[in-house]
Amino acid sequence: MLPRSQIVLLISLITAGIISASSSRIDDYILDVILGIGINIILAVSLNLINGFTGQFSLGHAGFMAVGAYAAGTLTTGPGKVWFDASGASPALLFPFVLFAGGLTAAVVGLAVGAPSLRLKGDYLAIVTLGFGEIIKVILQNIEWLGGSRGMVGIPSYTSFFWCFGAAAVTIYAAWALVNSTLGRGFLAVADDEIAAEAMGLNTTRYKIIAFVTGAFFAGIAGGLYAHLKGYISPAGFDFNKSIEIVVMVILGGMGRHVGVVIAVVLLTVLSEKLRDFGDKRMIVYSALLILLMLTRPQGLFTWKPARKAITG
Amino acid sequence: MNSTRAKPCPLLHLDNVTIRFGGLTAVSSVSASLGDNELTGLIGPNGAGKTTVFNMITGVYAPTEGAIHFQNKSVTGLKPFAITERGIARTFQNIRLFSSLSVFDNVRVAFHLHVTQNTAHSLTRGPKFRAEERDITDQTRALLDIFQLTRVQDEPAKSLPYGDQRRLEIVRALATRPKLLLLDEPAAGMNPAEKVELMKLIRFIREKFQLSILLVEHDMKVVMGICERIHVLEYGRKIAEGTPAEIRQHPAVVAAYLGKEITH
Repeated sequence: MLPRSQIVLLISLITAGIISASSSRIDDYILDVILGIGINIILAVSLNLINGFTGQFSLGHAGFMAVGAYAAGTLTTGPGKVWFDASGASPALLFPFVLFAGGLTAAVVGLAVGAPSLRLKGDYLAIVTLGFGEIIKVILQNIEWLGGSRGMVGIPSYTSFFWCFGAAAVTIYAAWALVNSTLGRGFLAVADDEIAAEAMGLNTTRYKIIAFVTGAFFAGIAGGLYAHLKGYISPAGFDFNKSIEIVVMVILGGMGRHVGVVIAVVLLTVLSEKLRDFGDKRMIVYSALLILLMLTRPQGLFTWKPARKAITG
Repeated sequence: MNSTRAKPCPLLHLDNVTIRFGGLTAVSSVSASLGDNELTGLIGPNGAGKTTVFNMITGVYAPTEGAIHFQNKSVTGLKPFAITERGIARTFQNIRLFSSLSVFDNVRVAFHLHVTQNTAHSLTRGPKFRAEERDITDQTRALLDIFQLTRVQDEPAKSLPYGDQRRLEIVRALATRPKLLLLDEPAAGMNPAEKVELMKLIRFIREKFQLSILLVEHDMKVVMGICERIHVLEYGRKIAEGTPAEIRQHPAVVAAYLGKEITH
């Protein structure tokens, strides 16, 4: 007998499959927004693992998304295309492996970024990840065979409703499963009081790295989905604003909450669509929203029980 | 190491431990031994270096010179978590609970040292994983039961009254299954009635869990009341060691606490 959580995951996957089969009847624009929501859910839920449950502060989630997007794009469009075509398998079948490869690449980069900075206590991670986000952008802009600053074009649109929401369901399941285990209680302990956690025999660095690398992995998957949804990626699309957008979703939903974050993602994604006409000025709305929220509901909009961890910085 | 095999080996042994912070020698070649199932006190006037010794045993500081052995293995310079893994648990002078976690989870967290599951098991949640989680839950429940904290198990730890928080911190430390429990000023901020309770609790823990306890404490009544051996520090040096009766009479200790008699 499967545990209930896995049954829920299975049902979610089947539902995603069924909806996906009839997704051609959904208006293209609406579908695009819906798939955007799915991708943002993956991003926010995975960042929540780092920023919410483990109490670290990463500002570089868009960077990992970029790594995943470019890694996946390289396989289907870039230099990997030769291999991709030669395999002879149907693209729909290969796509999950492409996504996985994107996630894995992001996880490896996550390890390289996280391992040195997570040894330190305090806000170093925020600074390091902030820098990482910018560095990855500049690196991508200067790699000619990845399109440089023009970006990568002509990426096939493999991202269907099923893959998008299937991946989102898996992400939510994984985050839930990790948190609801001995490992996850370690995350919560590290978030609450690192010194006490250490005194309880928790190797806090290890716990932080596990959370961070897992978060990076799923951000990479989201990147792969994004690339194969939009058909075009450029380094500028994964800038600091995108990272902040994900952070806002996590904070709005209530750090360390699963359901709240999903609701916040839906709200913010729709809101940002509605504000599209205002271009970059919508960041002002985001900032205002954040300030308002911190003043009135620091525990998050969709949190009724007292927050696991008060947001203090 | 010069192993004199005849003597039973102590549980914890400090061998000429010294620590300097820049030019300041906070603790100067202190040696001490703790046996199994022993209740030991570490006392001294303010600034004597008690907490520094405590911090060296628990891995917060690494000694500049000297060595610390636990169960015959060197633990000198290990990180705090590694020291706890070896079987030394501690509490904090200013209580450090996981304040936003429930009382139950505070204790349950500490069981992580005794599980075999890894990240993959958390994701696959097989029968073995679930059995282990159930096992941890049962053991947590049992431990909370012993210390009468079951009533408040779902409350966030920060909402408990002071005395209960102290107790919870000790329970949490016990969940790591230590051989040696270090209590850093457990009586701080307690009223006389609570102190009596605390002394009972410490004695009870020693009997029930068969472990050694090292107590760093200011309160003489508590230390003299429960400790079998007492080590006294002054200005970072050990000036005396003995039973409570011996310590009370010890001229160096009396001088350290009350000042020297002026001889004409």
